[in-house]
Amino acid sequence: MSDKKKELKPNTYKFDTLSLHAGYQPHKNAGSRQVPIYQTTSYLFDDVDHAAALFNLERGGHIYSRISNPTVGVLEERVASLEGGTAALATSSGMSAIFLTVMTLCEAGDHLVVSSQLYGGTVNLFRLTLPKFGIKCTFVKPRDTEGFKKAIQKNTKGIFGELVGNPGNEIMNMPEIAKIAHDAGIPLMVDATYQTPYLCKPFDHGADIVVHSLTKWMAGHGSSMAGILVEGGKFDWMQNDKFPTMTKPYEGYHGLSFAEEFGPTAFTMKARAEGMRDFGPCLSPQNAWNVLQGIETLSVRMKKHCSNAEKMVKYLLNHESVAWVSHPSVPDHPDHELAKKLLPNGRGSMIAFGIKGGKDAGVAFINNVKLASHLANVGDTRTLVIHPASGTHSQMDEATLKFAGLSHDMIRLSVGIEDIDDIKNDFEIGFRAARKPRLVSNQ
Amino acid sequence: MKFKVNNNEVFASTGGRPFDKKKPLIIFVHGSGLTHMTWVLQTRYFAFHGYNALAVDLPGHGLSGGESLKTIEEMADWVNAVIDAVGHKEASLVGHSQGCLVTVECTARYPNRIKTLSLMGGAGAIPMNPELLSLAENNDPKAVDLMMDWAHGPAGHFGGHPVPGLYHINTGTMLAKSRTIQNTLGVDFRACDNYKNGFDAAKKVKCPTLSILATDDKMCPVKEGKKLAGLIEGSQVDIIDNCGHMMLLEEADRVLTVLKKFITTNYPPLST
Repeated sequence: MSDKKKELKPNTYKFDTLSLHAGYQPHKNAGSRQVPIYQTTSYLFDDVDHAAALFNLERGGHIYSRISNPTVGVLEERVASLEGGTAALATSSGMSAIFLTVMTLCEAGDHLVVSSQLYGGTVNLFRLTLPKFGIKCTFVKPRDTEGFKKAIQKNTKGIFGELVGNPGNEIMNMPEIAKIAHDAGIPLMVDATYQTPYLCKPFDHGADIVVHSLTKWMAGHGSSMAGILVEGGKFDWMQNDKFPTMTKPYEGYHGLSFAEEFGPTAFTMKARAEGMRDFGPCLSPQNAWNVLQGIETLSVRMKKHCSNAEKMVKYLLNHESVAWVSHPSVPDHPDHELAKKLLPNGRGSMIAFGIKGGKDAGVAFINNVKLASHLANVGDTRTLVIHPASGTHSQMDEATLKFAGLSHDMIRLSVGIEDIDDIKNDFEIGFRAARKPRLVSNQ
Repeated sequence: MKFKVNNNEVFASTGGRPFDKKKPLIIFVHGSGLTHMTWVLQTRYFAFHGYNALAVDLPGHGLSGGESLKTIEEMADWVNAVIDAVGHKEASLVGHSQGCLVTVECTARYPNRIKTLSLMGGAGAIPMNPELLSLAENNDPKAVDLMMDWAHGPAGHFGGHPVPGLYHINTGTMLAKSRTIQNTLGVDFRACDNYKNGFDAAKKVKCPTLSILATDDKMCPVKEGKKLAGLIEGSQVDIIDNCGHMMLLEEADRVLTVLKKFITTNYPPLST
């Protein structure tokens, strides 16, 4: 018998358990084991005192489903728990999560430093739409860490980037860029859609706000649009006078100072109280429930996604029709070592590759694969392909395409969880067609 | 709001309403290593209903300056000094965990100034687990993780925060890690461990007193809370089922309902 004293260990729930249970207590919901879908617009007040208390943020609860909903609330807590965040706010899509994040942070006259390697829709938001609100952006290549520092201006309110750039798989050096942001007294906002918290928890590497398109890997099933912003809780909004809407009395809530009153959850509280109230990109309870079903199996799916992706990387690297392959697992990928540090559980399932024969070959490949789906989405359980230059990024001119690191031969592949041999067989059909594009198109 | 006590700046949340000297004063005292933020679901109600609700950050904690006070007795005197500093002659006190030791001691020392006493997760003594104490004094973040584990009941571990989208355990963790652990949690845990006067102080409390206890509280179990309450003449006890030590977050609505009834009955608000 050992007399060794047992070491104290926290028994808080781990990732896989939180994926199934966080944010929900059955005994408070008629014992329902599954999260109920609260398909309602509004909620009864006990009396006028209760109504006033809810409107004044004196107590927690729900008023109107544009602002909050119990089913959506479970999803928000679940993602916050998985990310290691203090609070979260779910939205109708990933794009609305980004928009709400920016509008909670910035005012007209403000400036953001933004990674140039982003989803095409995000590029357009920062390049064309935000300037209409008086918010200007400077784009910096994600690997140009010093460039982020140089781009910061007096009126810069934050740095934004995708942890792994879309679609080129460039990885931001998050710890170093976070330090640059924090030295300047501004937050780092990271879109971690490609990773999910299973592969990377950006808060552990210095991020302050994380956004996701939940439509992708988090849900997995490709049935529902959803987004979320998650707050890390470490950023001190009161350290300088850059964020008056967080620190000064807010007229819209009886002179409330979000930072003083809510501290590590201040950003989310403001995004909900102001952003959801005024812009209203709320998530439907049905879609929140659908996403919750996906999150229940997140770690199981991500393991298979990553394992299939690594097998596809090897297959593509050795294929005669492939000019180049970009995936952080490839040893000569410029961010291979950084990926090991930031993505210890797997390097993700997004692969970019160049097809020999250029644009025509790319089009032939896409038009002939049968199992892989040609569509504008990523992170489905099914394998997806697209030719960015003619698809997701088709609204960009030649110069912008080049700046975004895109080439005409690039195929973006989101590896699904089908049997790996079936995916490879399907690609053989595509490659055969790509080698004879004219012949196939005439058949 | 900010004001000075013993030449150090003090931060106190006023629950989102301006401080008004005409209104009766309630002071909320947080637990070990935490901040005023733990009271957000109680203070705003009182602030909007005829009271000055002051959720203070103890010295060296949250947004307050100075160094953490090393004994419960010093903290009790400091709370009394807060009453003077904001220009009041009396106050109601509300404490959580370590805040209960502080408010009981303060009430015993200044019986004529304290009008009601509300204790949440309180006990007459809070002896610390030696390993936990050592971790906190050595600035080990594991101390915070252990505290958050033990402070939440089984239900609280799943979440289900009354404020949509907030996740209890991570929020508490961030509060406890917002300043250097050894200078806040470490000092507080040592102060709790050293404090031996709780039961004697309780016998001196004569004002209306409420104890809110929780069945799944591992840090200050119901048995200990009842023992303390039993020493206070006429003390009311309210026990919350299926809830842990962080009842002010885990069961915020229930706590507010009980607290509201108790304080408004025994220390009426300024009628508006």
